[in-house]
Amino acid sequence: MNLRAAPGPYFGEYGGRFVPESLIAALDELSDAYELAKTDPTFQEELNELHRSFTGRPSLITEVPRFAKHAGGARIFLKREDLNHTGSHKINNVLGQALLTKRIGKTRVIAETGAGQHGVATATAAALFDLDCVVYMGEVDTERQALNVARMRLLGAEVIAVKTGSRTLKDAINEAMRDWVTNVETTNYIFGTVAGPHPFPAMVRDFQAVIGNEARSQILEATGRLPDAVAACVGGGSNAIGIFDAFLDDESVALYGYEAAGEGVDTPKHAATMTRGRPGVLHGARSYLLQNEDGQTIESHSISAGLDYPGVGPEHSWLKDLKRATYLPITDAQAMDALRLLSRTEGIIPAIESAHALAGVIDLGRELGPDGLILVNLSGRGDKDMDSVGAYFDILDAGADASGPTPADSAGEAR
Amino acid sequence: MSRTADVLAARKAQGSGALIGYLPVGYPDLSTSIEAAVALVENGFDAVELGIPYSDPGMDGPTIQRATEISLAGGFRLADTFDAIEAINARVDAPILVMSYWNPVLQYGVDRFADRLASAGGAGLITPDLVPDEAAEWIAASERTGLDRVFLAAPSSTDARLQQVVTASVGFVYTVSTMGITGVRGDVDQAARTLVARLRDTGESFNCVGLGISTADQVREVLSYADGAIVGSALVNALTDGGVPALAELARELARGAAVER
Repeated sequence: MNLRAAPGPYFGEYGGRFVPESLIAALDELSDAYELAKTDPTFQEELNELHRSFTGRPSLITEVPRFAKHAGGARIFLKREDLNHTGSHKINNVLGQALLTKRIGKTRVIAETGAGQHGVATATAAALFDLDCVVYMGEVDTERQALNVARMRLLGAEVIAVKTGSRTLKDAINEAMRDWVTNVETTNYIFGTVAGPHPFPAMVRDFQAVIGNEARSQILEATGRLPDAVAACVGGGSNAIGIFDAFLDDESVALYGYEAAGEGVDTPKHAATMTRGRPGVLHGARSYLLQNEDGQTIESHSISAGLDYPGVGPEHSWLKDLKRATYLPITDAQAMDALRLLSRTEGIIPAIESAHALAGVIDLGRELGPDGLILVNLSGRGDKDMDSVGAYFDILDAGADASGPTPADSAGEAR
Repeated sequence: MSRTADVLAARKAQGSGALIGYLPVGYPDLSTSIEAAVALVENGFDAVELGIPYSDPGMDGPTIQRATEISLAGGFRLADTFDAIEAINARVDAPILVMSYWNPVLQYGVDRFADRLASAGGAGLITPDLVPDEAAEWIAASERTGLDRVFLAAPSSTDARLQQVVTASVGFVYTVSTMGITGVRGDVDQAARTLVARLRDTGESFNCVGLGISTADQVREVLSYADGAIVGSALVNALTDGGVPALAELARELARGAAVER
């Protein structure tokens, strides 16, 4: 079966458009505009040129042998989305949707953001394209990602701290949806992940597929073969689907998505949607979801704001049920250890989100052994996280040292 | 057929329209929410719309968000809805519709929900985030149980979609007065009047206008062109500020907005 480029609105039994009637016209307008743009060479050229001259694409792949020693000696390559302008993969999607906004003649964009990376990318594109921009961000996230709030404001966006519900990403999405229903005539919603109602899951995937398209040729060129496994962290799932997509029909390539287990999947504090959720409807689509017996969404918890989401994109739910991709939980502590390990062994400070994928790969590499070849999506850089990371390792005070064992000490530890 | 449609037809025959009141179940607590619904009917409302509190109410403004958060924090469970319907039905005679976002219904089980709603004496279900395109299972369950099936029509809906909504709805069409969410507004959009006219051109169905209606004047205005007026946030505000007595007083005042003596 050919899995690539499933057009939506359904991925198996997942996806759809569970939204108020008021939004249907806007979703139809967006779907139509996107269908036209998809096959329009002018649109694609414009987007490619922005990727090249604004974002800095193609992003590199980097082999990380010193890190790999801690992962069973497998060969590990990172896809360096952290090197993109604005610091993560989010810009790939935002530039596509901002170009579409221009095409449908709207002058105002709104976005939700968790870690702030999608908000920063949207504010950046709004500055570039001269669009009014409002970003909704949970109050909890504005506190733990204060630097990104300042970046968005500097770029000219208005940041609204959402104080309802759990005051994180899911509530920011609710508030952005309410804004969109009210202002749909002038406003386009630049959605940040592969969740939400159709056309977002398919459209955002297509805009992020550039990651896997580049990485597949790059790793073939570097090693002469396809990887045994491709890995990424999964919150809503856009960086994961972006790197998975090119490999979906390569049967020899295993796909791994690592979700946030917070303090552990056996505690109430996690965001492990695939491990602990069941299918339901949230934010316009049917997908796996953390919910109680009554269908009320359960608040998620993760040290990483970008993975702190109780839902997941519908295509991932489909890939899980098909067993085409495997989704595994990574705790806060595992992710933070991996973050420090990559920093010290390779001189690359990853985002806490991406560190979940790195932590997963440490186990995966040990399973595959020295003959294994793994491609990991390093979806973002850690600059935005230095406050949380500094507090976690207690290294903020002058003269303090990173606590815990050095990489050499921990290399032999069983996990 | 539809008990709600019968009530709407009776009010229409009197040269007026129906007044429908929204209240969240379990706000501020379960027994007060039951008292409040009873008070609405005793003070001139023709039908009750009971909202099922939901963690992610995308169509609701701050007033209803806050009320449903309080209900959930107070331990609201979905099954309380059916108990409330039975308690209200035992005391007053008016159609009781339920308003629910889709996931709670889906998780309870669509058929099980329909059966339980019907056995509790509920009149039907309003689905703010379920469009007819996605509603095959609910359409079948409501056909089987004879429940009203109220879909939304919006000012932005195309003619083709209005046709679909009118065809799929039973009882009435929830006519969204404005592009936006629930909440008290100074004036109800001209868009509502236009949309009602478009619905009338589309086919035979009752239409009730909701979103932003909070005063007797607005009720009077809406009922001059529509079959019903739905009031929500204003009632919740009254209940918050002055309890059931204040709610009853507002209900009486709003009922005076309808053209005939009640």
